[in-house]
Amino acid sequence: MPPVPVPAPAGPGRARAPRPGRALSSWLYRHARVRLGLLLSAPLLWLVVAYLGALALLLVSSLWTVDTFTGDIVRHPSLDNFRAIAGTPVYRTVALRSVAVAAAVTVIDALIALPMAFYLAKVAAPRWRGWLVIAVLTPLWASYLVKAYAWRVMLANGGPLDDLFGGPGHGPGYGLTATVIVLSYLWLPYMILPIYAGLERLSDSLLEASADLGARAFRTWRSVVLPMIVPSVFAGSIFTFSLSLGDYITVQIVGGKTQLIGNLVYANIGAAGNLPLSAALATIPVLVMVVYLVAVRRLGALEQL
Amino acid sequence: MTVSPLTRWLLRLAMAAGLAVIYVPLALVLVNSFNADRTFAWPPPRWTTGWWVRAWDSTGAREALWTSVKAGLGATAVALVLGTMVAFAVQRYRFFGREAVSLLVVLPIALPGIVTGIALDSAFRTVAEPLGVGKGLLSVVVGHATFCVVVVYNNVVARLRRLGGNLAEASADLGASPVQTFRYVTFPLLRSALFAGALLAFALSFDEVIVTTFTAGPGVRTLPLWIFENLFRPNQAPVINVVAAVLILASVIPIYLAQRVSAGSGGGRI
Repeated sequence: MPPVPVPAPAGPGRARAPRPGRALSSWLYRHARVRLGLLLSAPLLWLVVAYLGALALLLVSSLWTVDTFTGDIVRHPSLDNFRAIAGTPVYRTVALRSVAVAAAVTVIDALIALPMAFYLAKVAAPRWRGWLVIAVLTPLWASYLVKAYAWRVMLANGGPLDDLFGGPGHGPGYGLTATVIVLSYLWLPYMILPIYAGLERLSDSLLEASADLGARAFRTWRSVVLPMIVPSVFAGSIFTFSLSLGDYITVQIVGGKTQLIGNLVYANIGAAGNLPLSAALATIPVLVMVVYLVAVRRLGALEQL
Repeated sequence: MTVSPLTRWLLRLAMAAGLAVIYVPLALVLVNSFNADRTFAWPPPRWTTGWWVRAWDSTGAREALWTSVKAGLGATAVALVLGTMVAFAVQRYRFFGREAVSLLVVLPIALPGIVTGIALDSAFRTVAEPLGVGKGLLSVVVGHATFCVVVVYNNVVARLRRLGGNLAEASADLGASPVQTFRYVTFPLLRSALFAGALLAFALSFDEVIVTTFTAGPGVRTLPLWIFENLFRPNQAPVINVVAAVLILASVIPIYLAQRVSAGSGGGRI
């Protein structure tokens, strides 16, 4: 333990003034609010001013429109964009499809992650546990694009997946199914990790007590383990839901002609140059996620992140 | 834990199947990096190591890698500082808006990347560019740091929750100033959580493509951007494969380090 410097004892008749740094830190110790303010200042400046400010700007720009002749942004607030979105069947379909895809991905990942996380946390020998966690986490570092591209190669006509299902054309091919499969694959580690962390905190004595009271494995699982890891599952679902909702790259790589809301947002920014419409379209995922976050917060998922 | 042997075997099977599914595409990438066919015909007609040679010589890949490392380090540094500050504020104090702050920190990673991307992009165009600050590496760092803060924050909050306030009080009782307490007591206990958080933040930033697309300046190409540009070019696809294979192999090291450092406290928290 490194030695903690002790102030020199005051000599007879000579008071020793504290060093300026010491005086400042003592003053700060007595004024908790100033300390809190200092701690919060930089992060809040960043998050509130930069991030929330940018989001607010986006929201405001969704109320603007684009002059069809000049292509300039008309800064006159109106609900035209939202009316267009609500009124056009294509936009409605795409929005619903995106939410459905995100929900499907979340459910699939939860179903796959639960047994794996349970094995990691409770059944695996401690000797192997570290290595298994490494094995599960390593793909997080492999590039997202490359993983999507690897799936593109696998799903190609005549590729390995087609061989698995009995010949060219029998596999899922490119499309909505492929998108769901690949998105589930990509976000799986994000679902495994919070569930694993939650299960680790679940003490073994609870499980043993349940067994002592006569419950078999499934009953213990259903009545003891599941209720306690529901917040962790929802914490993982925040990632899978939000990452799937806004994704436009995987759809381009394996989705064939499928359109999700991310594609629409992206398409309207580039050459089409209709930033207000993009912003309006982007408010849909924001709204869905905010509602989801608020709902999930009541379940305590945010502490399990 | 009293799990019946059958359940144990089923779980083992589930784990093995899961790991197999996770690694098959990665193994395919590795195998294809030796595939002589440019279009990655399966099964590989011929084998070659020529792609690895070409990737080694590719300046585009190297510059992109270096840019990604720089952006990652910058974003991680900012995220470490800001994330720790917020974690201390939320965990050690009670104040009005505490829950709102913790929700705010999660927001950048909870909202879809494209929303964050276009929000930051339009903010840069509206606010920063009139002031003369163009998009460049700095804007990439700003974008990445915004969602990396939550990773560090989660790890530090989890660690602080476990530590409690007793040790700091004991240190003060023994005569240490707050700075000394932080330096000799709190920080050593936080170190492994900070390391795990920093590692995950770096991984997130290194692999980020959506927000980067919107915040990168004209000359700035991070590795994911470079990969995205070259993914569909037939000439470059094999080089991409090699780069990907290298990333996969190289990534074992930081994960292993993170596990060693945070052994006993579980894997890092996302």
